[in-house]
Amino acid sequence: MATAVQTVERENYLNANYGIKSWLLTTDHKRIAMLYLISITAMFWIGGFFAMMIRLELLTPAGDLVSSDTYNKLFTMHGIVMVFFFLIPSVPAVLGNFLIPLMVGAKDLAFPRVNLLSWYLYMAGGITALTAMVMGGVDTGWTFYTPFSTTYSNTHVIGAAVGIFIAGFSSILTGLNFIITIHRMRAPGMTWRRLPLFCWSNYAAALIMVLGTPVIAITLLLVAFERAFHIGVFNPQLGGDPLLFQHLFWFYSHPAVYIMILPGMGVISEIVTCFSRKRVFGYEFVALASIAIAVLGFLVWAHHMFVAGISVYAALVFSLLSYLVAIPSAVKVFNWTATMYKGSIRYNTPMLYAFGFIGLFTVGGLTGVFLASLGIDVHVTDTYFVVAHFHYVMVGGMVMAYMAGLHFWWPKMSGRMYPEGWAKLSALLVFVGFNTTFFPQFILGYMGSPRRYHAYPPEFQVLNVLSTAGSSILAVGYVLPMIYFLWSLRYGEPAPPNPWNAVGLEWMTSSPPPTHNFDETPVVTWEAYDYENQPQEEVTIGH
Amino acid sequence: MENNQQHDESVVGHIAPASMYVAIWAVLMAFTAITVFAATIELHVFNIVVALVIATIKGTLVVLFFMHLRYSTKLTMVTVVASIFFLFILFGLTMTDYLSRGWLTYPGH
Repeated sequence: MATAVQTVERENYLNANYGIKSWLLTTDHKRIAMLYLISITAMFWIGGFFAMMIRLELLTPAGDLVSSDTYNKLFTMHGIVMVFFFLIPSVPAVLGNFLIPLMVGAKDLAFPRVNLLSWYLYMAGGITALTAMVMGGVDTGWTFYTPFSTTYSNTHVIGAAVGIFIAGFSSILTGLNFIITIHRMRAPGMTWRRLPLFCWSNYAAALIMVLGTPVIAITLLLVAFERAFHIGVFNPQLGGDPLLFQHLFWFYSHPAVYIMILPGMGVISEIVTCFSRKRVFGYEFVALASIAIAVLGFLVWAHHMFVAGISVYAALVFSLLSYLVAIPSAVKVFNWTATMYKGSIRYNTPMLYAFGFIGLFTVGGLTGVFLASLGIDVHVTDTYFVVAHFHYVMVGGMVMAYMAGLHFWWPKMSGRMYPEGWAKLSALLVFVGFNTTFFPQFILGYMGSPRRYHAYPPEFQVLNVLSTAGSSILAVGYVLPMIYFLWSLRYGEPAPPNPWNAVGLEWMTSSPPPTHNFDETPVVTWEAYDYENQPQEEVTIGH
Repeated sequence: MENNQQHDESVVGHIAPASMYVAIWAVLMAFTAITVFAATIELHVFNIVVALVIATIKGTLVVLFFMHLRYSTKLTMVTVVASIFFLFILFGLTMTDYLSRGWLTYPGH
């Protein structure tokens, strides 16, 4: 590259000071967000490696690439890494950390040092869990079901459980920081009704983090104690109940799905309005739907246990309650669609990812309604149908939203533009690769192919080959952004403060923002997403 | 503090007299004695009920006075009540399973 790159002269959070110490001891929410970005990206590739090994094994019906024991460890470690160390922290810890203070017009989160502590806890938890994996791995599945995890498994269950336990505190502290920041640090004029929907949805997710995470932490500690000291909470021979574990585990882990998806929904709300040039349709409904999802999400957990031996009457209650979550989720999808109606839609990369999110999340959500119905759930429990369903929500929904958000705010975070052509290609590859990987799994599951086996009958091979082929396309779709984001740090066009002509306080400061975000505390005098009536010139700029 | 202009609740903690802490401590010790005494009387299922009621009262005193909930903002009170509410959801919905497991009889049972 012979072209000289213009250096960013204005002091910002990236060039304010240099050296490894200035990063590892920082209390700047933006730098902590970057620390998270680097660490969860590493976790994504580790989890992705396990996924590719699984797909390669399933290329042929015979269990020939890895042994059944190794396969058990692969899907377990894929689940643990992706759920606890990538999906749960991804949008809140990276984009939420970076954006919430900017969006509410604050200089930082309420507790900057606690924020740094949460990253260190995340790293300590991650390293503990990874150590357990390097020392031989875990084979219980990411769900740690008893009595296998407490009595029979010979793998490093305690190490992995302790890792998740520690990372849980990181999640609780991040949640607390968000709740308090949103309550206490809003700029003058930034009322609850003017709060960006990204903040609303992160607020809802933070409520779940604070209320739910202690339960999983204690539950995994009980598993560790039961393994080490045979205390008898889950062992029927000692008066315990193995299903109690599933109740406690899913009390957190089902709402955890909403910790993952709610912040993603917030990203989509921001992007759909910006690239439709319209105020979001039914702002109040979209905002309150986030809270409704967070609350209802706590009432549905036993739909994971319909065939586990719970009372059929309890199953009926949980089935009914599970249907209810579809209502606020549908409110969001319909309102995004209504926002786009008659909008001036621009097909930039973030919007392409947002389109992907809306379509794929809808498929994932609707198949969730199938699974909430007892009759269908009994038929497809523990088959690839369930695997396809939650990957449509987690990857088709959540990862799409994360990628959408990364592209949307990359100019703000890095001060550089990414290459739009390559980015559009990556969005397309991810969409095609994702559907090729996971749609065949719906069919496989409906035909009765069980999950978590390393071998399968030969008649299922065509669909499995399709799935593996799709996963390699998906992998290319994820490698590309990694390359061009890194490339853009050095060679990307310098980003203007507001490249998308978006409203929102984060766009009213420079790219990248100065350490204190705003030179003067902004005063908000306009409604949220006032794309139709708010000329950009009228907006008060902080400096 | 310019970000807190619209929230002017006091950020300084409440300072309670030492006598109050001593009084609460004495009440807690008394309840502990009652718990020990109640455990020596045979009340069948009500033993656990009595123990739990006393424990709840003691916990409430600790939260209200030692943890200053009584002097906190309404938002803090809502937060505490909400977390207890979610604890009841955990217990209550789990019990829908345990309490109704025996309702449906199977052949031979």
